[in-house]
Order: sequence, then structure tokens, then C-alpha cells
Amino acid sequence: MRKLTMLKAINEALRQEMRRDPKVYVAGEDVGIFGGCFGVTAGLIEEFGPDRVRDTPITESAIVGSSVGAAATGLRPVAELMFIDFIGVAMDQIFNQAAKMRYMFGGKAKVPLVLRMPCGAGGSAAAQHSQCLEAWLMHVPGLKVVAPSMPYDAKGLLISSIRDNNPVIFIEHKFLYGVEGEVPEESYTIPLGKADVKKEGKDVTIIATMAMVHRALEAAADMEKDGISAEVVDPRTLQPLDNETIVNSIKKTHRAVIVHEAVKFAGPGAEIAAMIAEEAFDYLDAPIKRVTAPFTPVPFSPPLEKEFIPSKEKIASAVKALLQE
Amino acid sequence: MAIEKEKLLWMFRNMVTIRLFEERVAEYFAAGKIYGFVHLYVGEEATATGVCANLRKDDYITSTHRGHGHLISKGGDLKLMMAELFGRKTGYCKGKGGSMHIADVELGILGANGIVGGGFPIATGAGLTAKYNGTDQVAVCFFGDGASNQGTFHEALNLASIWKLPVVFVNENNMYGISMSQKKSMNVPDVAARAAAYNVPGVVVDGNDVLAVYEAAGEAIKRARSGEGPTLLECKTYRYRGHFEGDPTVYRPKEEVEEWKKKDPIPRFENELAKMGILAPDQAQAIKAEISKLIDEAVKFAEESPWPSLEEITEDVYAV
Ligand SMILES: Cc1ncc(C[n+]2csc(CCOP(=O)(O)OP(=O)(O)O)c2C)c(N)n1
Ligand SMILES: [Mg+2]
Repeated sequence: MRKLTMLKAINEALRQEMRRDPKVYVAGEDVGIFGGCFGVTAGLIEEFGPDRVRDTPITESAIVGSSVGAAATGLRPVAELMFIDFIGVAMDQIFNQAAKMRYMFGGKAKVPLVLRMPCGAGGSAAAQHSQCLEAWLMHVPGLKVVAPSMPYDAKGLLISSIRDNNPVIFIEHKFLYGVEGEVPEESYTIPLGKADVKKEGKDVTIIATMAMVHRALEAAADMEKDGISAEVVDPRTLQPLDNETIVNSIKKTHRAVIVHEAVKFAGPGAEIAAMIAEEAFDYLDAPIKRVTAPFTPVPFSPPLEKEFIPSKEKIASAVKALLQE
Repeated sequence: MAIEKEKLLWMFRNMVTIRLFEERVAEYFAAGKIYGFVHLYVGEEATATGVCANLRKDDYITSTHRGHGHLISKGGDLKLMMAELFGRKTGYCKGKGGSMHIADVELGILGANGIVGGGFPIATGAGLTAKYNGTDQVAVCFFGDGASNQGTFHEALNLASIWKLPVVFVNENNMYGISMSQKKSMNVPDVAARAAAYNVPGVVVDGNDVLAVYEAAGEAIKRARSGEGPTLLECKTYRYRGHFEGDPTVYRPKEEVEEWKKKDPIPRFENELAKMGILAPDQAQAIKAEISKLIDEAVKFAEESPWPSLEEITEDVYAV
């Protein structure tokens, strides 16, 4: 099958949905001729013009808020925040407006809006351009949170997100943009709320998100040589979370290691671990372990940043420690 | 207006320092020795210089992602700056911050900022401290044309105005916020026009003319110091390099860049100083050579400095 980078897969999903539905438009800072800070929207303005590829001023609150208003009145905006770190500027429009409108109005409104935003450390972009903030968003009833790890997933999940009638936060780890994978040319959907087993195994379940899926797969491949068979589960959607796929894997392996780049305390893994403790306690042969970033802002200096991001070595040693239990 | 010779020469030296510092940063960034996002101030030197020439050590500034020029103008140490850009333990932020977060609180530099528009309310708060404590310190908030479209601009100017705080909002209008031309991002030609909404003076000045900036900022700062409240000062200028290092600048015409290069603030001031009989060409050359050496030393200091140790990663999250 044809291979695409995750960046190109997302671009193709946008393009196909814009062709299919004239109500879909893109908005954000530098999304037009500049093609977005990372190039995700490159070429869209040439095909769809400035009415449907709307360059905005630097105005996150209004980027999100105008999308909420447009979505509530019949359009299907796909807005880009240049970095997830900038949601702070727009937070009221996300969690008090977009997320709650339907419920507060007694089910009389819908807000079919997608907010795309890159996250993640790795380029020395420092504390305000490198965060993983998915836990903030998972916590808010009314939002859906999608966090793909592979080009194939990114395309199918983005198309589903655009067709979903709810506000969807679509998080793109910026160090996955260049990752290649097989992606069908035709349009397809992947349901939100379905996890995917990226590698089967029998000794331990590693539940990993976004870039950490790749680190987990590398760790699993290394451990294979030591006779350890790890299963790697990618939730793909964090809200709603696919409890069933995770629990089924633990029924098989009896051990769980959760890996994410967000900080540990009240991070996404806290929810996953609590869910496992509630729903699969009897199947566990060992405590649940988490491999995460330390509880600090993201440091700038390359050696510190490298230390900040969970590595395949740290994942493997957590798994091995667990197998000793 | 009679400006002391020392001040004029300081301004020249400062502009040259910024220019040479930034050019060196560009080189080391290209060589992979400086990391992350780097936004250079080349072309805009007259603005920070003219403004900061009016400031005291105990005054405050808030800076932006394009902050090296502000830092240098407020007295920032070149070695500590360079070491920070190199990610070293000896840098201003112990390697934790990088270009977008360099700060020197002792010098009143409340940080570069990675969040566009993040500085408006912070400068307002620094102005509040000065007024609260009854001092005559002022706070200067540097910000771009693009930043003036953020909600914080409106909120902070309004607050500074109703509380009559000693804050000078200095807009560096370089005509673009990344790829977006100011003509498209707002429907007024001058950012300063927005001052009317807060009933504060709005002043437009040629940001490439250091003496014009010095004079206009001087008035605004005097006003702030004497308790008359904020001013919005707009300096029209231009950045010669890309938005960040690596930006191919497809969004602006080459002729425009060439036009602005003719208005380069440094040769322009050098000529003026020569006409005033203050700076002969060989003296100007000597100053440049001397500053270039200082920058060599800063680079050497950075390169020879140790990396932060891994245990430091969890330090400085909370104050004790
Ligand atoms: C809240 C926020 N939104 C967007 C950005 C990305 N960004 C960084 S600099 C910049 C352009 C700023 O333009 P302007 O204020 O005119 O300053 P200039 O770069 O021209 O000096 C943008 C959009 C950011 N860092 N923070
Ligand atoms: Mg600008």
C-alpha cells in the first residue's frame, strides 16, 4: 500500500472532507499561504481559497470561540491552534462554551467542531511549546479527545472527528509528523473510542499514547530478544476511552505498564490506571506501573529534555521490574 | 535636543552589539549548536535601544519571543545569554529556558515570552507594584503588531489606563506576525490608533530612527514616572530575517525587504554621528571590532560551559 507521513495523512483527511462537505472549513494562524507552522495545511488555500482556509490574526480565544459560534449555527470548523500550549489563551471557549453548550441548552444545540493542535517535546522548544496537556481536556464532560500515533489512524480518526457532532480535540504529536506508514488513498473512518492493539504479546500489556506508542514498540522489540512478550495497546482516543480493549489485554497478560509523555501526577495514565484497578483488579498479578515525564515543566537544554521524555530503556526496565514482582 | 555624547555612543554600541550578537546566533543555530526556536531582532535594533536608553536599572521590561535585543538593551550579560542559548548550566536560566524565556529579574527583565500577548498583563502588574510602593519606577511592555490582536492587549491597556499605572506599551510594528501582514490582521493602519479606546496617548514614530525613538519613549516614560499613566508608543520597523531561523519568508516580496534594508538603522545612525562629529569611520570600525571580540568571548564561555546535570531537572519547580 501507499505510504504517507502522518503530516500528509492529516492533510489528505482535511482535503477529502473539504471536498465532500462544503460546510467544512479550516481556520487558524498562518494556515493559508504559510501552510501552518508545521506544514499540515499546505496546499489547501490553493485548492479551496481564502474563504475556506481562513488565516486568522493571533487570537486564540476568537479562533476557538468563532469556531464554536459557527459550529453551533451549522458550519463544521476545523480550527488549528499552532501549539497545544496556547489553549490556555482560549480555554474558556473550549471548556465553558464548546464543551457545555449542548448540555446546558438541554440537548437543543450541537457543536460539530474539531480543534487540531500539536503537542510534545523533543525539539528544545522549551516550557511553553512542548507540553502534553491531554489530561486537562479529558477531564471535561462534553469534549472528545483523540490522540493518534500512526498515519493510518490519524487520517481515519480525523475524518471521524470532522463528521462527529461534538467538539473534538485532535492532538497531533509534532514528532510524529514525519513518521511514515501505510495509508489508503480513499476516504475511510475509524470510530472514536476504539483502541488498537499495535503488537500482540502475552507477558505484559503496555498501554501507550502518541509518540510513546513508538517508544513502547521499540522497547517491546528489544525485550523480545530477552524472551519477554509485550502487548502494546494504543487507546487512540482518550475520551471516550476504550476500557474493553485494555481490560481484555490485561485478562491475557495480567500486568499493566502505562506510558505517556505527559507528567505523571493527574496525567492521562492516572485515569487509565484507576479504570484498570476498578475493572480488572482480579486479573492483575502485579501493581500497575507508570512511565511518564517527571513532574516539571519541559526543560530547554537538550540533555535535560532527553531525560524528561520517557525512553525505550525506561519502558523496558519498568516492564522487567514488574515481571520480577 | 541635546543628548550627551556618552549616551549617543552607548546607543551606537548597543545597536551594534545586538546586530553582531544576532548574526552570531544565526551562525551557531545553522551549525546546530543553538537549539529550539530562535527569533532574531536584526533590523529592529533602534527600537529597543532608543526605548531602553531612557530606562534605569530598577525599571522593568517585559519582552517577547524576539527578545535578545530587549535584553541586551536593558543590560543583559552577553555571556549568560549565549550560554543559555547553548543550553548550558551557566546560562541565565541554567539551561531551563532557552531563547524564548531568558530573564534577568535583577535587571528588571521579566522575561522573554513564548506566549504572544503574555507580557501585557505582566508589565501592567509590574507597573502596579511601582505605584503601590510609591516609587517612580516604570514598566515597559515590548510587543509586536501581531500581539496587539490578542485579548490581553485590550485587557491590560484598559486596566493600566483606569488605574493610571506607569506602563509604556511599546509596539514594534514590523508589519508581520509570522506570515500575516498587519494590513490583513487589523483594519487600522496604526496600532497606536487603538490608544483612543483607552483614553491614553497613542504615538507613532519611525522605529528605525534611534533618536526619534529615544525622544518619543523619553516623553512617554517621563509621563509614566510622574504619575500620568500609560502611553501606547508604536515604532514602525522591519525584521530582515525570517520569522524564526529557517523561515523561507514566502509571504513577503523581495522588493519590500530591499526597500527596508535601505533604511537600516545602524548605518543611518552611524552617518548621523559622523555628521555630528562624534564618530569617525575608523572609530566606528574599532567599536565594531571590539564588540565582535566580546561576542567571541561570550561564545567561548558558552562552549566551554558544562551541560546541566540530570538531577537538576526537578529543581526550581517550586520556591522554598
Ligand atoms: C499565544 C500564542 N499564539 C501564537 C504563537 C505563535 N507565534 C509566535 S511569534 C508569532 C508572531 C508574532 O507576531 P508579532 O507579535 O507581530 O511579533 P514579531 O514576531 O513580528 O516580532 C506567532 C503567531 C505564540 N507563540 N503564542
Ligand atoms: Mg510583527
